[in-house]
Amino acid sequence: MSEAVAISESEAARVKSHLRVYVMVFVALAVLTVVTVAISYLHLPTALAITVAMVVATVKASLVAGYFMHLLSEEKVILWLLVLCAAFLVFLFALPLGTETGNGPLWPG
Amino acid sequence: MSEIVIPYRTEPHPLTGVTSGKLGVWLFLASEVMLFGALFSSYVLLRVGAAEGTWPTGVEAGLNVPIGTFNTLVLITSSITMVMSWASLKMGNPGAFKRYMGATIALGMLFLVVKGFEYSGKFHHGIFPATGWPGASDPSTFYGFYFTITGLHALHVFLGILVNIWLLVWGLALYKTEPERFAGRVEISGLYWHFVDLVWIFLFPLLYLL
Repeated sequence: MSEAVAISESEAARVKSHLRVYVMVFVALAVLTVVTVAISYLHLPTALAITVAMVVATVKASLVAGYFMHLLSEEKVILWLLVLCAAFLVFLFALPLGTETGNGPLWPG
Repeated sequence: MSEIVIPYRTEPHPLTGVTSGKLGVWLFLASEVMLFGALFSSYVLLRVGAAEGTWPTGVEAGLNVPIGTFNTLVLITSSITMVMSWASLKMGNPGAFKRYMGATIALGMLFLVVKGFEYSGKFHHGIFPATGWPGASDPSTFYGFYFTITGLHALHVFLGILVNIWLLVWGLALYKTEPERFAGRVEISGLYWHFVDLVWIFLFPLLYLL
């Protein structure tokens, strides 16, 4: 049988102190969404546009992961898990690049 | 006969410092990163490698940027209501949990309804996964990607809504006897929900704006 675990006062106080941060993150996400859309109207060259959009998206994603998903204060085991995942993701992204070098585009014509 | 209990479901495991449920959900999310990552990198590779004029921007393909922006804001809002529902439980306020969780579910449904209108608009114009964008000389892969990726994402939103409904309607009873354990359940459902938001944060500019 498992014991019922009540929520401690200190834990409640800790969460309460974070509420303002959550609201600030939300505002930042909303503003960055508008920024992303605004940038798209500048009609930058494709490669630059993709880079800028992905940088803004990465900032937004970091805010979500860092604060809403509590990664900034999370245990090391979760962070290492994600480092491993990121390594596999980079490998996945890099995989097709190897087939493209030297012989021009992957699908000529 | 004694009850079989999954160990470390409320108190953290001494080796990892986290509960079994949290570790499990993070492992699942890591696999999700690879799933969406594969589709994502395929899209970017084809998009960048396409000859000039053969790949439409989202607007050229007929996607509606204001609607996409609206839906992005809906998901972001649902993320903060999700985290507030968890925080309410931690602060001993199940009433606020109900309101915030109800809002999260409603916002998730709103996202799907808007997405449904977008889809039906496309179908009305004769645009399907295997057809080209208006003005294209040949069928392009743009809409194949659009429907596959947004469809997979919408499925994730749908499943998240189901879990959240369960937590709100049936799960809450656990809060009376084991508040910390129930708050843990809401937290890991939140992790999944924020991840689905996070995926959309990348999908929206990629499909609609570039």
